[in-house]
Amino acid sequence: MIEIKDLWFTYPNGVEALRNISLEIRKGEFVAIMGQNGAGKTTLIKHFNGLLKPSKGAVLVDGVNTESVSVAKLARKVGFIFQNPDNQLFCETVEDEIAFALKNFGFKEAPLKRRVTWALNLLGLMEYRKASPFMLSGGERKRVALASVLAWDPQVVVMDEPTIGQDYSQKEKLRQFIIQLNTQGKTVVVVTHDVEFVSECNPRVILMSGGRIVADGIGKDVLTDVELLTQASVVLPQVTEIFMGIKDLEFPLDVIDLYEAKELLLKRLGGK
Amino acid sequence: MVIVEAKDLTYTYPNAEKPALDDVSFEIQKGEFVILTGPSGCGKTSLCRCLNGLIPHFYQGELKGKIVVNGLNVVDHPIHELAMCVGLVFQNPENQLFALSVEKDVAFGLENLGIPRKEMRERVNWAMETAGIMDLAERAPHELSGGQQQRVAIASIMAMNPEILVLDEPTSFLDPVGAKKIFGVISKLNESLDVTVILIEHRLDLVARYANHVVVMDAGKIILDGEPREVLNSEKTRMLGVGIPKVTRLFQLLEEQKALHSKKVPIMAEEMGELVRGALKA
Ligand SMILES: Nc1ncnc2c1ncn2[C@@H]1O[C@H](COP(=O)(O)OP(=O)(O)OP(=O)(O)O)[C@@H](O)[C@H]1O
Ligand SMILES: Nc1ncnc2c1ncn2[C@@H]1O[C@H](COP(=O)(O)OP(=O)(O)O)[C@@H](O)[C@H]1O
Ligand SMILES: [Mg+2]
Ligand SMILES: [Mg+2]
Repeated sequence: MIEIKDLWFTYPNGVEALRNISLEIRKGEFVAIMGQNGAGKTTLIKHFNGLLKPSKGAVLVDGVNTESVSVAKLARKVGFIFQNPDNQLFCETVEDEIAFALKNFGFKEAPLKRRVTWALNLLGLMEYRKASPFMLSGGERKRVALASVLAWDPQVVVMDEPTIGQDYSQKEKLRQFIIQLNTQGKTVVVVTHDVEFVSECNPRVILMSGGRIVADGIGKDVLTDVELLTQASVVLPQVTEIFMGIKDLEFPLDVIDLYEAKELLLKRLGGK
Repeated sequence: MVIVEAKDLTYTYPNAEKPALDDVSFEIQKGEFVILTGPSGCGKTSLCRCLNGLIPHFYQGELKGKIVVNGLNVVDHPIHELAMCVGLVFQNPENQLFALSVEKDVAFGLENLGIPRKEMRERVNWAMETAGIMDLAERAPHELSGGQQQRVAIASIMAMNPEILVLDEPTSFLDPVGAKKIFGVISKLNESLDVTVILIEHRLDLVARYANHVVVMDAGKIILDGEPREVLNSEKTRMLGVGIPKVTRLFQLLEEQKALHSKKVPIMAEEMGELVRGALKA
């Protein structure tokens, strides 16, 4: 679905943000990108919808080079949710905000209404539909930004830090929704610093540092590799940290899931 | 000594239907490290805005009840006066940055305080060092990554050396190692200089270890207020959808199965490890 070949990118101020990135993301995959502040994560995903164009190398979305299509056209296919929702929200009400892009994409009145209602319900925003996005709390604004993109049902959903400002139950809803998108064949890419969220979702994990990809694999491998994590300024999931601290007791060291940890401990500790 | 006191505090934003803070009362002692948590939209940020006077002086709306910070009744004192003792790191770092360079942004608040040049230099350098942004000193804040901007916002408040530090999800954009470092520094300021810390955070796995007081809010009200282990282990907290530390949840699951017992509920990985070790020995 997304194919990146030898991508380099330098900002006008001379900062070399991406250095020789090659990457393939398949249709229906769920990928989490993690790593150091300034590692180039946001810069990388802005290439997925053509907001940024490579200084060197190429980015293909569904076989099409991003240099040869307009951002507007790509947007229909690749929905992008910004790190800071304030960069995305500008309408007077939450409802208008969600309807805005749909109108631009030429949706008719009836399906437009249906989709707005669907998105409002999905993100628990019904009671705020007439409110101004600027009067909402940080977490609520983030959800408005999410809703406005999900409403037009893009094939690829790219989210920059979707869990910011979200409480645990909101994150759990988001997780289930991502799984649902995946089963519909949608591709989901998430940039996040939230180790616990990633350990619960168990996606393909990519670690970045200094403009490069330093690891790419399943959560169980990447999130339990102390050396790689340190290089990318990421810490162990808390469950893994427990077992790492009692290495001499010979528990497996690649556990990231709470319930797997519970079963392992029950087996050794007994209990009812 | 009580440093923050709220009594029957109710606040409604202009034109809002229901209050964002609904009859809130609490006390914070000098030198405490308080975590304020609760579902998204429950009123955490609004409560912070009351501590430095943004509410009611900037946001207006209707404020009832009493809020006293460092002996100053917030309603009677302007924002700039309250800013001398309360440093607030905003939820959204971008809204806090405006200068042409990172260094100027960090120095901005100090210039207004009329601090001697030499001391200013030292404080700015210390704050930038602490926040890990020395190498960004000359960069333009709006050309930084999200996490880098948040570090600048933290440094500018740290440089002011406030007696009360209020942080609204201050590390949400930070990489996990960076977040851990910042919390470490804040905890040290709290312990060695007796700075009162009020921290809003959802990710309790990261911060529970530093707190000696946890407040849980829901729908504008305070639901729980007390000792961290007690509050985090309470069924009420979990049912609100607050993300208690994984360690605490794991302990609860094992305790239900009668596989593990402890009077002291674990909130950190090390504590859980030692509990398991002890149980296996016995
Ligand atoms: N608009 C910009 N102009 C110039 N340089 C930029 C701009 N945005 C980012 N940079 C620089 O490019 C590098 C990569 O930034 P990017 O935003 O991709 O990082 P990131 O991995 O998303 O970090 P974070 O976790 O903090 O969001 C950093 O050194 C940053 O300072
Ligand atoms: N500037 C504002 N104007 C009107 N209502 C607001 C404003 N800021 C927040 N609110 C509302 O007040 C309530 C509490 O918000 P907030 O204190 O930001 O929550 P939290 O920080 O706990 O997520 C929410 O319902 C939110 O929509
Ligand atoms: Mg970023
Ligand atoms: Mg808030």
